[in-house]
Amino acid sequence: MNGIRVAGLTYRYGAKTALDDVSFSVAQGEFCALLGPNGAGKSTLFNLLTRLFVAPGGQIEIAGHDLNTAPRAALAKLGIVFQQPTLDLDLTVRQNLTYFAALHGLSGRDRVRRIDTVLDRLDIADRAKEKARTLNGGHRRRTEIARALLHDPAVLLLDEPTVGLDAAARAAITDHVHGLASDGTTVLWATHLADEVRPDDRLVVLHQAKVLADGRARDVSGDRPLQQAFLDLTAEPA
Amino acid sequence: MSGYVTALIAIVTREALRFFHQRERFVAALVRPLVWLLVFAAGFRAALGLSIIPPYQTYITYETYIVPGLCGMILLFNGMQSSLSLIYDREMGSMKLLLTSPLPRWWLLMCKLLGATAISILQVYAFLAIAAAFGIVMPAMGYVAVLPALVVAGLMLGSLGLLLSSFIKQLENFAGVMNFVIFPMFFLSSALYPLWKMAESSELLHDICAVNPFTHAVELIRFALYLQLNGPALGWTVLAAGLFTTAALWGYSPEGTGIRRKG
Repeated sequence: MNGIRVAGLTYRYGAKTALDDVSFSVAQGEFCALLGPNGAGKSTLFNLLTRLFVAPGGQIEIAGHDLNTAPRAALAKLGIVFQQPTLDLDLTVRQNLTYFAALHGLSGRDRVRRIDTVLDRLDIADRAKEKARTLNGGHRRRTEIARALLHDPAVLLLDEPTVGLDAAARAAITDHVHGLASDGTTVLWATHLADEVRPDDRLVVLHQAKVLADGRARDVSGDRPLQQAFLDLTAEPA
Repeated sequence: MSGYVTALIAIVTREALRFFHQRERFVAALVRPLVWLLVFAAGFRAALGLSIIPPYQTYITYETYIVPGLCGMILLFNGMQSSLSLIYDREMGSMKLLLTSPLPRWWLLMCKLLGATAISILQVYAFLAIAAAFGIVMPAMGYVAVLPALVVAGLMLGSLGLLLSSFIKQLENFAGVMNFVIFPMFFLSSALYPLWKMAESSELLHDICAVNPFTHAVELIRFALYLQLNGPALGWTVLAAGLFTTAALWGYSPEGTGIRRKG
């Protein structure tokens, strides 16, 4: 199992429980949607998966590396697209990618080759010299996804990556990331929008700090539309 | 090891680019000490008599006395400015990129610190050049000898900024730093008046000045400009730098509080 494994994860902000004994795993090359309403605990889970926070209990493995005992090996396998935009708007697209590559220790020709590859892959090569400030929301997100792929991560985490995008940009990014999973990258896609989840996707529903459902999206939704199934699930007390 | 150096170069370059994009910051950083040097010192020259104290071997003008203190002022303001920029990075999210890199967090934060210190030192030399143009000159080799002193003092004040940034919740709270850190550190030091002058007024204030790490940073710079090493000042400055850096690294560790301010 070389994707993501989360076991018995609990996290509290003072008296408030943000995650309560959360466990799930995602196989290599699987697209897993983490669906939950606002405040379900998705962002806390992402902060723990990226080691911005550490949980007092539970275990996280990224591509086979324990995040607590081998954080550097785990982080090296992880590509992250944060919900909050993290581009330096005063730098060009290429400069943003170059800076990030350097934070991963990449340099020289290898770095240039990788940057050219991800720019082509995300179809933004023609924007490479533009300042991030001049890009529209969709292209900024593409740049962030390109950046997250620079070091060939085995696992890609995206925290509500389509927030603020129009329908066309949302569809394009959702399609592209599904394609990445088909190519072997493990994807964990946090969202509160059921229409971004496909019937064959793996689905974990998070609500009020707990995992409410875990399985194929078509199995979780049954004969109802996923949106309805999600509303029914999260309407019930956890 | 090359990965470490690659990250260092990238972070320092980004800090430099950010600085050069903000020309008004450079001008403000120079105008502030120049106002003190050319206006405040001129007014105080007559009021404040200075005796011959080390490292000086003859009577000096007040302008000459406060040059090291104003070098320290540049480092102090820049240390706090880098703290502000770290809080901005945290609010804008780019701090998350840094902290999720597979390179050790302590190294990435040290790179930030080194970048900020390098920029501070550039400003100090620009200030010393302007001061020299106005006739306030140091021994020629002093300009070289002061470099390591500026590095140590800059790292100490930068690490203080790093530490503060790990505890300040929001950008808006930064104004408190001006009132509770910059002004007390600057005025309760030997930057503007020798400590024996302060002792004449109040033993308590003198004692506070004597334990203020900024006093030791200023004295380290003052002695270095005159090609002398002030051992105790070096020791105190290094000690303070070590303490501030250790506390700041803890503040930015996943177990600390720094990044959790803005989860």
